[in-house]
Amino acid sequence: MQMTYAEAIRDAMRVELKRDPKVYLAGEDIGVFGGCFGVTAGLLDEFGPKRIVDTPISENFIVGHAVGSSACGLRPIVEIMFNDFIAVCFDEMCNQAAKVRYMFGGKADVGMVLRMPIGAGIGAAAQHSQSLEGLLTHIPGLISVIPSTPADAKGLLISAIRDDNPVIFYEHKQMYGMPGEVPEGDYTIPIGKADIKREGSDVTIVTWSWMVQKSLAAAEKLAAEGINAEVLDPRTLIPLDKEAILKSVAKTGKLVIVHEEVKTSGFGGEIAAIVSEEGFDYLDAPIKRVAAPDTPIPFSPALEQAYIPSEEKIIEAVKALF
Amino acid sequence: MDIQKKQLLEFYQQMVTIRIFESRVCELFAAGQIPGFVHSSLGQEAIAAGVMACVEKDDKVGLHHRSHGEMIAKGADMNKMMAELFGKATGTCKGKGGSMHIADMDLGILGANGILGAGYAIATGAAFACQYNETKDIALCLFGDGQSNRGPFHESLNVAALWKLPIVFICENNGFGLSNPVKEHLATDCVSDRAAAYGIPGVTVDGNDVLAVYETTLEAVDRARKGNGPSLLEFTTWRWHGHFEGDPAVYKDAQEQEEWLKKDPIPRFAKQLLEQKNATQAELDEMQAKGEALVDAAVKFAEESPWPDVSELFTDVYDRQM
Repeated sequence: MQMTYAEAIRDAMRVELKRDPKVYLAGEDIGVFGGCFGVTAGLLDEFGPKRIVDTPISENFIVGHAVGSSACGLRPIVEIMFNDFIAVCFDEMCNQAAKVRYMFGGKADVGMVLRMPIGAGIGAAAQHSQSLEGLLTHIPGLISVIPSTPADAKGLLISAIRDDNPVIFYEHKQMYGMPGEVPEGDYTIPIGKADIKREGSDVTIVTWSWMVQKSLAAAEKLAAEGINAEVLDPRTLIPLDKEAILKSVAKTGKLVIVHEEVKTSGFGGEIAAIVSEEGFDYLDAPIKRVAAPDTPIPFSPALEQAYIPSEEKIIEAVKALF
Repeated sequence: MDIQKKQLLEFYQQMVTIRIFESRVCELFAAGQIPGFVHSSLGQEAIAAGVMACVEKDDKVGLHHRSHGEMIAKGADMNKMMAELFGKATGTCKGKGGSMHIADMDLGILGANGILGAGYAIATGAAFACQYNETKDIALCLFGDGQSNRGPFHESLNVAALWKLPIVFICENNGFGLSNPVKEHLATDCVSDRAAAYGIPGVTVDGNDVLAVYETTLEAVDRARKGNGPSLLEFTTWRWHGHFEGDPAVYKDAQEQEEWLKKDPIPRFAKQLLEQKNATQAELDEMQAKGEALVDAAVKFAEESPWPDVSELFTDVYDRQM
């Protein structure tokens, strides 16, 4: 059925709240208020305050408590209101959630999900707009899921909730209102499987989250100019479907990576390194990256629009390879 | 309080066993047989023995970096513990955690923690799980005076009080946060003064008096189990050694150290047992010998255990190979 990205995320949580009594939600203003972007609207009425838990403004507690409750068998889905706030509770993800299983010799499951909205474009400036998805990929023990469509959001979130590892689930705020066809009821997508959003033969664009939508639009314009781009969405950064990326590059011989993170130390650098190491012979042109510039996110709409990677920049990067 | 003779003798057995274990660990560390960091709890044995006598196997316990004593008193296998400190394959955590991250989920021990102050939210999350599951289990959260100054202390105590979670926060005030004496790191006289901020009971008690520790903890545990919410207990004691083994502790006042050594909780309790005819010297000697034998066996077990296979480096990062 047709639903928006936000509705698909809510639907995934409803499916799991109904299926498993150990699943609960916790976060700031997720109850009566329905979440800062309305994603959890109505869930309090449907499931009650035991399952939909409003917390104080206490990010260390929100994430840290989920480590403890999941190690004791619950399945928390916690929300951090903006991805930027991960800086406040970085220890709880980096040193606790990620490492508990390993440090304890495999004797603890930390089956928690941390949902966070990413992305610029709403005039929220430097502390409420970042895309920091690369940051936590550097910490072994965490899974990073980053869907670009309503259907992917639902299928991947259900898989994330059922996973026995800590999963970070990145939602792009520009896509919350985006509609799409979403399967009803129990629907899962395996974690670690890329999806080719558009088949092509001339160049591979590896991209995720909102930039998939921009890349698809760019690909249509490129097609009109005779360049047939393949758009590959890894959907999860950790684990990364390397095979799918290498296979696509083997077919096209060219690679452009597009992400909204800043360029330096963005996850695109990792993908470029993998393809250089394991697929160098497939390449007949240098790898290109389209990313946000290495600046904080500005407030002024005039500056913010210049900050966000655009269709034009994607098209320009692709054309430079021909 | 009328405490059964069996329990009194158990306190003594626990205290001497911990003393022997910790002394041996220090010797082995100095001899280069135990790698890494070791934070000795010598002098703090009455807290471990008194507190852990108040909880059941299924109760959850969050520990800190100076927690070998609590592990032993909660019933952890000393052979596996010693092997863990050696980094051997047979260790509690397969040699992957070491002294600072030792844990035993089978005993509800949510781990020592190398990040001071990270344990509050995790233990509070465990208490949340106890309340959510409607069991009678409770959680304990132990920490030192130094780490009482971390931010997550506030977040976790506030939420625990707000939601009446079944948890007892226990500060082992051993006089120092590393080199920093309490009067130089704490704005109030006592850590327990802060209980007023959360509307929960707070009390400071002699931590070298095992009976006082036991009685105080029992009351707080009972309160938590009955659903009446958390308490903040503070047990004053003295850290005999430096912050870590190898720290010469030049910042300690020699006279103060001397005075505290005279308050050794073990001979003090032995005197009580003998005077009140709850034990004979022969019984005390027998318990000492039993402790020695247990620790000898643990050292032998650790020494004879194999190193982990290098393939173990890659296991337990996730629940499956990624």
